[in-house]
Amino acid sequence: MNITRRHMLLLLPAAAIAWESVLAGTPEASPNYAMAEHWWSMLIDIPKCIGCGNCVRACQKENDVPDGFFRTWVERYHVDDWNMANPEVISPDGGKEGFPAVAEDEKGKYFFVPKLCNHCADSPCTQVCPVGATFVAPDGVVLVDQKYCMGCAYCVQACPYGCRYIHPEKRVADKCTLCYHRITKGLTTACCEACPTGARQLADLKNPSDPIHAFLKTHSVQVLKPQMATGAKVFYNDLDGSVR
Amino acid sequence: MSIFRDAGHLFRLAGVYLAGTLIFLAARAVVVPHSFGQYGHYRGAAIAEIAAKPLHFAGHQTCETCHSDIAQAKAGGMHAHVNCEACHGPLANHAADPSIDPGKPDVATLCVRCHAASAARPKNFPQVDAAQHSGGVPCNTCHQPHNPAVAAGGAK
Amino acid sequence: MPGVEGFMHPNEVSLYWSVLIVLYPYITGLVAGAFILASLVRVFRVEAVGPTYRLALLTALSFLMVAPLPLQLHLGHPERSLEMYMTPHRTSAMAMFGFVYLWYLMAVLTVEIWLDYRADIVALSQSTRGVRRLFYQILTLGSSNVSPRSLHIDERVGWFITLIGIPSAFLLHGYVGFIFGSIKANPWWSSPLMPVVFIFSAMVSGIAAVMLIYMAASRLRRQLIDMQCVDTIAQYMLYTFIIDFSLEMLDLIHRIYEADESFRSLNFMVHTKLWFSQVILQICLGTLVPILLLALVQVTKLSAAVRRRLYGISGSLALIGIFAMRWNVVIGGQLFSKSFLGYTTYKMALATREGLLVAIGLTIMPLFILAVLVKLLPPWPKEQPVAHTAVVAGD
Repeated sequence: MNITRRHMLLLLPAAAIAWESVLAGTPEASPNYAMAEHWWSMLIDIPKCIGCGNCVRACQKENDVPDGFFRTWVERYHVDDWNMANPEVISPDGGKEGFPAVAEDEKGKYFFVPKLCNHCADSPCTQVCPVGATFVAPDGVVLVDQKYCMGCAYCVQACPYGCRYIHPEKRVADKCTLCYHRITKGLTTACCEACPTGARQLADLKNPSDPIHAFLKTHSVQVLKPQMATGAKVFYNDLDGSVR
Repeated sequence: MSIFRDAGHLFRLAGVYLAGTLIFLAARAVVVPHSFGQYGHYRGAAIAEIAAKPLHFAGHQTCETCHSDIAQAKAGGMHAHVNCEACHGPLANHAADPSIDPGKPDVATLCVRCHAASAARPKNFPQVDAAQHSGGVPCNTCHQPHNPAVAAGGAK
Repeated sequence: MPGVEGFMHPNEVSLYWSVLIVLYPYITGLVAGAFILASLVRVFRVEAVGPTYRLALLTALSFLMVAPLPLQLHLGHPERSLEMYMTPHRTSAMAMFGFVYLWYLMAVLTVEIWLDYRADIVALSQSTRGVRRLFYQILTLGSSNVSPRSLHIDERVGWFITLIGIPSAFLLHGYVGFIFGSIKANPWWSSPLMPVVFIFSAMVSGIAAVMLIYMAASRLRRQLIDMQCVDTIAQYMLYTFIIDFSLEMLDLIHRIYEADESFRSLNFMVHTKLWFSQVILQICLGTLVPILLLALVQVTKLSAAVRRRLYGISGSLALIGIFAMRWNVVIGGQLFSKSFLGYTTYKMALATREGLLVAIGLTIMPLFILAVLVKLLPPWPKEQPVAHTAVVAGD
């Protein structure tokens, strides 16, 4: 790691240009982004998740998530032998500081399940909003207009996955935005950026060259609570049947 | 007409209600935000507002613009796909103004977050009991974080 | 985590709908119930409950005026609440409810009260002085026509308003039931029976409220309580109670029998966290005891004094029980985790915006409003002979 002053002088302008396109200043945001060309989703690869909590911390830093509330969190499941109906689940502070170590367990199995807003295509939370403050954007991301939300919390009650909360200071509904401010600039979400094992991957279902298409063809993939028919767009590879 | 005389009060009531409805409709024309309904039943302008929120993580492509030597060192090693800010934290401010010193991550707490042994972690993931493995010696004494494999010449 | 047993999704630990959201369906339920009682006179020609007709309408209006307040105090941004009228989301039961409320207040209740009182209003606009005179003059809308024909027109239109008022009252409170019953994410709420259960329990509470207010007001005014009136009201309360209880038992039996994925968790919750409020307060004290007492009155011959006492007890227990029912639905629905693996606790604050003191204040506020309305628009039937022992006299 040896950057000389000379290097700096050469690289800075290049960096500045690259950075310009990243920042894209005004509310009119990225001029090269067309909503109709994208249909955002996420792929979570359960066998790869090590429960480090990097994603939870990164999300909190990127989005100023208040303490005690979570836009994303990680759950650890312990399924004892065949007793799938009664898993033991923990999520200490949402998994933000990781999980306590576990000694060998002969009979049971453990695994981690990162959770976030599923950005449902048939979202029950947008259905119940009385004023139109939460909505499915044309590119598939479910967003909250925090200038319009009146904080009735109906959407919080309607979400089957528990991914919403009322922001304690702003007193409006808040939740994962799929880092909309990043993905519209060609970056990935904070949680995917921070994940060290590639367990979380942003996916654009409308992009034919997105790796998710090949993945879906070759793997067994589930969504959370499929019986709710929410059109959830966060896909889990190898999700155990005990996951609630 | 006697109906107007005897039901006059009802017509007045209807008039009051009509006036109320017109006032409501007029208020609506003024109060409803202009971009409402642009893409659906919501304020269209909200999308751009949300997209304009500030970044805290720069993203590894931005890091690699200046730090291509590090990217080179990482490629081919076990940490090739561990992005810079996964360990170094959010550094968009440093990318915008490189004179801001990002500081070094604390090795004592950082490495064990992922690599502390636990039966809960996938079996094939490299994990050690830190005390047994190194007896309290800092991880980067033997492992170069950007290319951590000891035997393959990644040692400092 | 303090107050949490088992596993809750991290965002589920705090409750988002407080005691104020319990109060809101309770209040609208009283409105709907009081109105249905009034409609018994107007539409179904149950003359016996005539003495309570105007009182029931004023009671409904008092409670309806207070109904939006718990909602406004609960909202994170009450200043934005008008958005519900400006940009209502047609798929949202809550948004549509704003219009149902408005319709019921403006097109049904106030019009019916106005039409029924118009002759009195015109008289009062001529006989009073000062600010009160101005108040009544405004209410006349400038028309002082109280000819027999105009009053007949009022009576016919009023009948029609009451007629559409009945489904409107059902809609008013059924909608609140639907607001809960349509949430598929919450198995404690999600049920097609929810609007129906809400309507019938609302009717019980409204009827009980009017009955108690009539009896209390008669005592305060040292007037004889019309026994035929309260006997008839109590009968209707019993019938409605039986239907309400049957519906709630149907829901319970169905849940126990089908035992779907949520059953274990909900069953445990009822046996522990909701044991007092659901089993003791709502079912036993709030439903079974009043039903038994009212049934007792039907099958045995009891003196008027005893009947009055039993009506007072069953009416009060019913009001408590129906409140408990709203509590169990709203708070109960948030105490268990949607993972069905854990429970949290509701820590009701005392003196905050959504705390106990505010809830108590909002519950008694309609009674103060009613006291004012009763002064402005006297609902009492022709005065009865006054006697010290009037209220205590037996048959």
